[in-house]
Amino acid sequence: MRPRITFWRTVFVAIVAAGLWATWVRFSRGLGASTNLSDQFPWGLWIGFDVLCGVGLAAGGFAITATVVIFKLERFRPILRPTVLTAFLGYLLVIVALLFDLGRPYRVWHPLVMWNPHSVMFEVGWCVMLYTTVLSLEFSPVVFERLRLPRAQRILHSISVPLVILGVLLSTLHQSSLGSLWLILPGKVHPLWYTPLLPVFFFLSALAVGLSMVILESHLSGKAFGKRLEMDLLTDLARVFVVVQAVYLVWRFQDLAGRGALGLAVSGSFPANLFLLEVGLGSLLPMVMFAIPKIRHNQTGLFWGAALAVTGFVLNRLNVSITGLEAGTGVRYFPSWMEIAVTMSIVAVGFGLFGLAVRHLPIFEQHEAAPRRLRRMWVVRGANAA
Amino acid sequence: MHAAMLIDTTRCVGCNACSEACKEANGLPGEIESDLTARTWTRVRDVDGTYVRQMCMHCEHPSCASVCPVGALYKSEAGPVAYDEKKCIGCRYCMVACPFGIPKYEWDRALPRVQKCIGCVGRVEKGQMTACAEICPAEATTFGDRDTLLAEAHRRIRENPGTYVEQVYGENEVGGTSVFFLANQPFEALGFPANLPGSSLPDYTWQALSKIPNVVAIGGTALLGISWIVHRRMRLERLAVAEAAGDPAQPRLQEGGAR
Repeated sequence: MRPRITFWRTVFVAIVAAGLWATWVRFSRGLGASTNLSDQFPWGLWIGFDVLCGVGLAAGGFAITATVVIFKLERFRPILRPTVLTAFLGYLLVIVALLFDLGRPYRVWHPLVMWNPHSVMFEVGWCVMLYTTVLSLEFSPVVFERLRLPRAQRILHSISVPLVILGVLLSTLHQSSLGSLWLILPGKVHPLWYTPLLPVFFFLSALAVGLSMVILESHLSGKAFGKRLEMDLLTDLARVFVVVQAVYLVWRFQDLAGRGALGLAVSGSFPANLFLLEVGLGSLLPMVMFAIPKIRHNQTGLFWGAALAVTGFVLNRLNVSITGLEAGTGVRYFPSWMEIAVTMSIVAVGFGLFGLAVRHLPIFEQHEAAPRRLRRMWVVRGANAA
Repeated sequence: MHAAMLIDTTRCVGCNACSEACKEANGLPGEIESDLTARTWTRVRDVDGTYVRQMCMHCEHPSCASVCPVGALYKSEAGPVAYDEKKCIGCRYCMVACPFGIPKYEWDRALPRVQKCIGCVGRVEKGQMTACAEICPAEATTFGDRDTLLAEAHRRIRENPGTYVEQVYGENEVGGTSVFFLANQPFEALGFPANLPGSSLPDYTWQALSKIPNVVAIGGTALLGISWIVHRRMRLERLAVAEAAGDPAQPRLQEGGAR
């Protein structure tokens, strides 16, 4: 069967073609020929967006697994698999992006044997590697179910609680540590973003955006695969988002005021305006929207609220990693078309892989049979033991 | 001995012999460039007639070595902050982290290295001077033990009133460096970063990083505890339902659940 030519498939092919060309230039001629990075601005789009945002946007993974497996809120189970899939793909793509950015990608394994526990990067590297392994295990039951390997599925099910706890711990560590990366630059990062609380803020904002991503992903899946939306679940997530975001914002403003940096926000400078955009449009507005029941219970309202929250999150990470440093060092940076092409390709490949997984694996199907049988088995075994 | 250098900008004549000697000693190709690069590790800036050398400060608590995930950059026993290129993965965190903007990258190479002044660590470990200090015709750059040079710097300030500003740049900046500067005007006017804290920058990171074991221990215990309580409660609920329904297939459920 010949694949139909659709608008989105054309866009996909165009993006990936540009990305492949950029990939060739990047690996044959180096970072100088392919990026706008320089001695004055050594980290750009690939770190600021692909790595920082990629990891943050995948935070729904640990939040939802914890909800279902640790807190046993079983009604969230229908969104467990798509969320774990999103997180797993997210982390795999973060690693791909990192391989583009590292000057010597074939040495990416070095931190495994060459240790420097004082380095935040060392810790983040270990956590990301371990958590990607955890995610692959959390996702594997889907594959085992497809391959009809009930024994393997049972083994994975029996270790699910410690596995999810490990995942939550690892996520807490590296989501926050991504913020700690900038702690060593007190004079370089703009005071609107530099604070000793950076790790706390990175964690809270990742948790909030993780929930928004689940909402967004559900909507896109609904559109693409004709899936019915679990509106009641998404509305609940929106409610939790309001709480997390409120804590984040109150803490953030309290910190800004405490450091005497609040005045800078209205100074009219370029960083100040980006700050207002980030906090006003990307943090406050979605929180207010989701606090209104009418919007929270409405499909379109949920979609736009989540989209705004994700935009605000991306702005925050780019502000910390690019705007905040530009202001402190007086250097301008804008990514080259090749950097943008690689980033867009990675995102496009993520969408493509998600689509493939949904088509070939039991992601959305009701998989009631297996868990019920398992539950019964456990209960009986417990009874016999007594 | 803890190797260090003292650079007296009032003595420097701007002849650039140090930059030439550096290129030769470290095998760096090309002309001396107008900014530090991967191939120009030191140069002399002309700030309105005052000549100011630009080079790695060889911090006592170097940010670059602290942030390096693989320890490719390290503070050597002898004093210089050196680089093991075989370890480097090219993450460039050192370049982001350095408060003086010193490490540079070989952007034009497919397999690049981070490059910066390594304080002639090979020579220093053999008991020799750095190449730049050895060649300096005006004794503007002098080489020696850190404590001795610091005392010498303060002696010059004391014995030549009016010649110097009363600050040895590098004595306290970011917890102290192994390269000291003397000048006849405020260092900020000469282009030195002025807003640096007097304490070690890696401490800022360590305050967060050192909490990790606590987060793991306390967080892990709390999550395990929550999971235990929730699971037990859920099981009791299920048993109660089964019992109320009088499910004959599970006759001994109550005992199992009561534990």
